[in-house]
Amino acid sequence: MKTHTLSLTQLAKGLRAKEYSSVELVRSFLDRIDAHQPTLNAMVTVLREPALVAAQAADKDLAAGRGGPLTGLPIVHKDLFCTEGVLTTCGSHMLDNFVSPYDATVVAKLKSAGAITVAKANMDEFAMGSSNETSYFGPVRNPWNTDLVPGGSSGGSAVAVAARLAPAATATDTGGSIRQPAALCGVTGIKPTYGRVSRYGMIAFASSLDQGGVITTSAADAALIMREMSGFDPNDSTSVDIPVPDYVADLDAPLAGLKIGLLKEFFDKGLDAENEKRIRDALAVYERLGAKLQEVSLPNLPLSVPAYYVVAPAECSSNLARFDGVRFGHRAKDPRDLMDLYKRSRGEGFGAEVKRRIMTGTYVLSAGYYDAYYLKAQKVRQLIADDFKRAFGNVDVLMGPTTPTAAFPLGDKTSDPITMYLNDIYTIGANLAGLPAMSIPCGFVGGLPVGLQIVGPHFSEGKLLNAAHAFQRETDWHSKVPERFS
Amino acid sequence: MALTREQIENIAHLARLELQPAELAVYQQSLSSIFDFVGELNKADVTSVAPMAHPLPGQSQRLRADVVTETDRHEINQQNAPQVAAGLYLVPKVIE
Repeated sequence: MKTHTLSLTQLAKGLRAKEYSSVELVRSFLDRIDAHQPTLNAMVTVLREPALVAAQAADKDLAAGRGGPLTGLPIVHKDLFCTEGVLTTCGSHMLDNFVSPYDATVVAKLKSAGAITVAKANMDEFAMGSSNETSYFGPVRNPWNTDLVPGGSSGGSAVAVAARLAPAATATDTGGSIRQPAALCGVTGIKPTYGRVSRYGMIAFASSLDQGGVITTSAADAALIMREMSGFDPNDSTSVDIPVPDYVADLDAPLAGLKIGLLKEFFDKGLDAENEKRIRDALAVYERLGAKLQEVSLPNLPLSVPAYYVVAPAECSSNLARFDGVRFGHRAKDPRDLMDLYKRSRGEGFGAEVKRRIMTGTYVLSAGYYDAYYLKAQKVRQLIADDFKRAFGNVDVLMGPTTPTAAFPLGDKTSDPITMYLNDIYTIGANLAGLPAMSIPCGFVGGLPVGLQIVGPHFSEGKLLNAAHAFQRETDWHSKVPERFS
Repeated sequence: MALTREQIENIAHLARLELQPAELAVYQQSLSSIFDFVGELNKADVTSVAPMAHPLPGQSQRLRADVVTETDRHEINQQNAPQVAAGLYLVPKVIE
């Protein structure tokens, strides 16, 4: 039976109805992972034996009528989430021998809901990249055209779902790392509100921006995972203690009267004309569903990329100071003294982009430059957050493109960091303001998927999932599978 | 803004990164262009703006009670250490 093109929601029903066992399901996805690994390089670690053992236990639970909402369902975790007893590399040589002594809260929550971890997904090194080309384990390839990038940093997670190697994959988003690869791979991705999902056990990049989320084939599946992975965690001091709504129950609320703001700054000269047409077509679908469109301007939004490339590197330089070659991670051979140990362990352990960001951050935080860069960027960040707040006084959600163009060729943007950074021009604003945002498939340009971005006020995940689900009931872009993987 | 090779060497030292000579040239060029790019922030009028302290308005860093909540897991944690002896992390001699 062909199970890999079914949604997570359908697979959960199939397991309960005993159409197939968890062992059969998990084995079929593991076989697909193995078969496509040489082409796509989507995974760093495949957990065949432990996954099959867990699937046997899940089958016993299902037979006895026990288990949680995700019991027996396979899932992939981005290799930035710590998984107890399993290699957790963060896509880096620095951590290529690191076996996590504990589970991230997200991993533990999904495990206790019954999900089975089948693999750890490849990613840009320390989540720093927009093309998955900075991974120490090599680039991930886009299943729609393997000469193209899948986006990043959660490229392995997006490809795992797009090529139907798993029905769902966790991911993280610091400047667009869930939404941008979801858009370029034609899948559904949600970055929740800052503080909605615990960051405990997520290897830190920029702590005021990082947020965990999920990539799936549909908003309904994302709702199912989000309901389990969200919530207060005393182990994360920025976790917010407010109840998690039943995102699944809220999916079918009518959209009539929904006020959608079209972000003027997102329909700029950088947006590819064909991509823009797909976005406009998607907006017309929302109008048919009874939503009202109005243009909204966020005048400070064009400063989001420069503000981000001060704030994120600054926090990165501080967070990555922990990699010192002493307690864990890569250590240089035969150090002359402690300074040599630090410098060579870090110089050898980190890749080129990570070193660039550490140095950018070190400079903006160094004596004499803090006010000119970091403090100014945090002020601009406040201006951008205020712009969003004003906009949400008039509209319920904002919509626009997720990316300026569809997927680009491998190697196309690696020589100029600024060109690469500008790929996240439409996604970074939501991170700076701590807002929830999604990307959903809304059509194709030249055979490549285009993503529609939906941004909402703080803690409006239920509304975003509802709006995305309504669109996916009217369209079938989200169920398209690249031919080679169908 | 053009950074000099000496500035790059100093930043790398502060960041405790050993760079190869070829890397120095690359970073001199790319960091200079990054700082030109982020210079756009000077366009914003921020005279009466307070810097953002938390992405969620009204939230602040939560404190926990000062009590022991974790068990001793040093043996498990040290399994990832490059060099340990008698439960201690080994580093090159720091005091002559």
